[in-house]
Amino acid sequence: MRFAVPVFPGSNCDVDCIKAVREVLDRPVDPVWHLEGKLDDYDAVILPGGFSYGDYLRSGSLARFSPVMEGVYEAAEKGKWVIGICNGFQILLEAGLLPGAMRVNDHLQFRCDIQKLRVENDRLPFTQDYGREEEIFLPIAHKEGNYYCDEETLSRLEQNGQVVFRYMGENPNGSVADIAGIVNEKGNVLGMMPHPERAVHAWMGSADGAKLFTSMLHDWRENGAA
Amino acid sequence: MQPNQTQSNTVAHREPTPEMIEKQQLYREVGLTEGEFRQVKGHLGRPPNWTELGIYSVMWSEHCSYKNSKPLLRRFPAEGPRVLQGPGEGAGAIDIGDGQAVVFKIESHNHPSAVEPFQGAATGVGGIIRDVFSMGARPVALLNSLRFGPLEQNRVRYLFGQAVAGIAHYGNVVGIPTVGGEVEFDSSYEGNPLVNAMCVGVLDHKDLQKGVASGIGNPVLYVGASTGRDGIHGATFASEELTENSEEKRPAVQAGDPFMEKLLLEACLELVNQGILIGVQDMGAAGLTCSSAEMAAKGNTGMDLDLDAVPQRETGMTPYEILLSESQERMLLVVEDGREREVKEVLDKWGLSSAVVGRVTDNRRYRICHRGEIVADIPVHTLVDDAPVLHRTGAEPEYYRRFAGVRPEKQMDPIHPQEALKRVLASPNVASKRWVYQQYDHMVRTSTAVRPGSDAAVIVLDGLDKALALSTDGNGRYVYLDPEQGGAIAVAESARNVVCSGAQPVGITDCLNFGSPEKPEVFWQLEGAVNGMSAACRELETPVVGGNVSLYNETQGEPIYPTPVVGMVGLVESRKHITTQSWKQEGDTLLLLGETFAELGGSEWQQTMNGEISGRPPQLDLSKEKRLQKTVLEAIRQGWVTSAHDLSAGGLAVALSESAIGGEQGANVELESDLDASVFLFSESQSRVLLSVSPDVAEEVGKLAASHGVPCTNIGRVGGEKLTIRLNGSTAVELTVKELSAIWEGAIPCAMNPSSTN
Repeated sequence: MRFAVPVFPGSNCDVDCIKAVREVLDRPVDPVWHLEGKLDDYDAVILPGGFSYGDYLRSGSLARFSPVMEGVYEAAEKGKWVIGICNGFQILLEAGLLPGAMRVNDHLQFRCDIQKLRVENDRLPFTQDYGREEEIFLPIAHKEGNYYCDEETLSRLEQNGQVVFRYMGENPNGSVADIAGIVNEKGNVLGMMPHPERAVHAWMGSADGAKLFTSMLHDWRENGAA
Repeated sequence: MQPNQTQSNTVAHREPTPEMIEKQQLYREVGLTEGEFRQVKGHLGRPPNWTELGIYSVMWSEHCSYKNSKPLLRRFPAEGPRVLQGPGEGAGAIDIGDGQAVVFKIESHNHPSAVEPFQGAATGVGGIIRDVFSMGARPVALLNSLRFGPLEQNRVRYLFGQAVAGIAHYGNVVGIPTVGGEVEFDSSYEGNPLVNAMCVGVLDHKDLQKGVASGIGNPVLYVGASTGRDGIHGATFASEELTENSEEKRPAVQAGDPFMEKLLLEACLELVNQGILIGVQDMGAAGLTCSSAEMAAKGNTGMDLDLDAVPQRETGMTPYEILLSESQERMLLVVEDGREREVKEVLDKWGLSSAVVGRVTDNRRYRICHRGEIVADIPVHTLVDDAPVLHRTGAEPEYYRRFAGVRPEKQMDPIHPQEALKRVLASPNVASKRWVYQQYDHMVRTSTAVRPGSDAAVIVLDGLDKALALSTDGNGRYVYLDPEQGGAIAVAESARNVVCSGAQPVGITDCLNFGSPEKPEVFWQLEGAVNGMSAACRELETPVVGGNVSLYNETQGEPIYPTPVVGMVGLVESRKHITTQSWKQEGDTLLLLGETFAELGGSEWQQTMNGEISGRPPQLDLSKEKRLQKTVLEAIRQGWVTSAHDLSAGGLAVALSESAIGGEQGANVELESDLDASVFLFSESQSRVLLSVSPDVAEEVGKLAASHGVPCTNIGRVGGEKLTIRLNGSTAVELTVKELSAIWEGAIPCAMNPSSTN
């Protein structure tokens, strides 16, 4: 199983994602410069956090036009695994690969913390190693994580089990229905504000993110390459 | 060749002629004295033109030349077996073994932050990051030390909120974790806040760069953002007092673009990796002028610069403006002749514009060409090495004599210690700084092992068992009451902080924030503080490898508290030594190392209860301090310690509360002393540490302490929902950890969200 981590100018969690894949899964993972258009050699794509192209205009709104996104669309289309973390989630929303939009946190400040979450859907390739409604801790670090979608979309997300992670305790950004992460209808494109790559060893404050990576590897082993 | 003295081009029409500069004493407007102007004339053999005057004015400003502080700074110990690079470069470097070094520096951005807090603070962070990566190091952590007036004031809340947001914005976008620092509030900083930013980087020895221009004929490359009219005379502005007219200096504050910085950082490190660079320096204070002149002076060479080649974002800029602009995110590189193409390839990849703006020459002159004419021609060493040095003398202030006989413990109101604890915990100086640090991304780069909120932050190093412990410390109140003691305490406390995290202190960077050195009382403070810091650095073997001086921190003629800030770096030998201040285990024994005296001068208790400070600060015995630190570090390395917390502001009462809050459990504490309960609990006596250890090793720790001659007292055990403190059998404090936590966590958020009708 081979991972690609697209690197945009301004990405700053690319190295962290690469380290997490290596340290948790010991699988090959490559940074892919934003000018590359093809991701055919990879089974999974992780769009990392950061401030792609400075996040000028709107978070993720410029990154969606970059050449590497052609590869991301294709990967999503083919049913490969695509994860967008933080800025990566914002990019997936801007790219239309996930429904909804991101607003500035309701308190208007950047918020960095280790946040309690609940795994709402543990039947996905990204979450199968988690328990049912397992409560986990993952770091968050964003100023625009206030997820929004209209009521119709929300009820569709809820009915289809597309809400993957929900904030527990205080909602750190004001998102609709405490949403922290969602998946597309096909179940192969995940967007989430929390950073699983920052929680893969106990010394980091939590190791709860590791299961997200191991889930994918298990799924890949069970079901073969996508 | 003589520079253009006639006013032939249209731009220069607006500029004063050399004759006007001299006759109308226009040099005063740019901060030069009559004597300094005479020196300039002597160096040039003629009166300077407007451009040359501007160059001298910034190069000889306190900010660039340290003319007021240089004789004092020489007293700092700058050498040691681990020192790889001492003061004089972008940042200092200290060997940490395995062929690696830690590179770090702290710098002030006080005056810009006083008039435009968001950009002022943001660009302070940007500047210090460039200082570190210009050494060839990968920045791995940021810290900051902040001082503001009381939060009751509207304007202070604005300055504080915006400065924090600015720091957050810049560091978060570049993707360097902001892992620690400190914030204090006092009315002496009301009009003149302090924003000191520290950056820490790591490099392989072979990659260490210098800001030097060598190799005659080698091209000088300009990289990064284009030059605009922002920040002109920022260095001069930083070297004068703030007045009611300082708002007009808003244009002297630059605007930052952290995205550009991120690109610059990655591109420069890629160039370092390829080994192409001969010299590299950030265009920081005094912009193109300072970076180019310093590089030539250090290389013992000269430099020809062609200003027409400088990328400009505004039209019609004069040489004066181009040279003195402090536009952000710009670097100056010297590369080997003929390798410009390789450099350009890397820069193009990162989308950075670059231009060859000059050449290294052998004539040791600094020559500037603009539109085909020489507009400045200056012997380069006169800008850097021959900058004036002022030998000032200090005078003991009246208050120091007056405070000699004050005994704060005799003036105590009969306030119950429990009530006092509630008030001290709610003081914004002591209260949780979560409101601040949760705005900073402190986990990016996935190396933060101890997050903000403990004595020191700890950063692990990729692929190694080692880690770095980082802390900043300063206590303006102590330094005000006794500069020498206060200066020494700043060093000792920051060292104690990293020791409590499991690290050996290895070196410091410092930022000396003071008022006007032209006032003998202020100079007395500066000199005393430097002496105290130097003595502590010698005893604790922590050389000063770099730093910054910020003088003229005054409003309406009133100086701030003298505030030297120490940025300390410690080396954790093994990750298993990493220790925090929170209690871990019910039943653990609490040990208090060190002695408690009636020392309340300048304490948080005194400030909170009386609204002012007086007397003498706690006295520091450096030999005791060293033995204490040895004991703590040895105990940690033996694996005996479950938590360690330095006793500082608020004394034992606050230390117990913080360890309880962090560990979410209480303790039963039994104390015996001849001192009154409030004195014992809130004294800020130095060289004290609170340890929690498993009961079965408590005796071992006691023996270890005794072997170092450090008093060690068993004061109770961890456990329960309450923190109960009894002195000589009677209850002084009995509060649930929930209550303590609510007070401590709530203070700053409440202060920042006052009622709208307020």
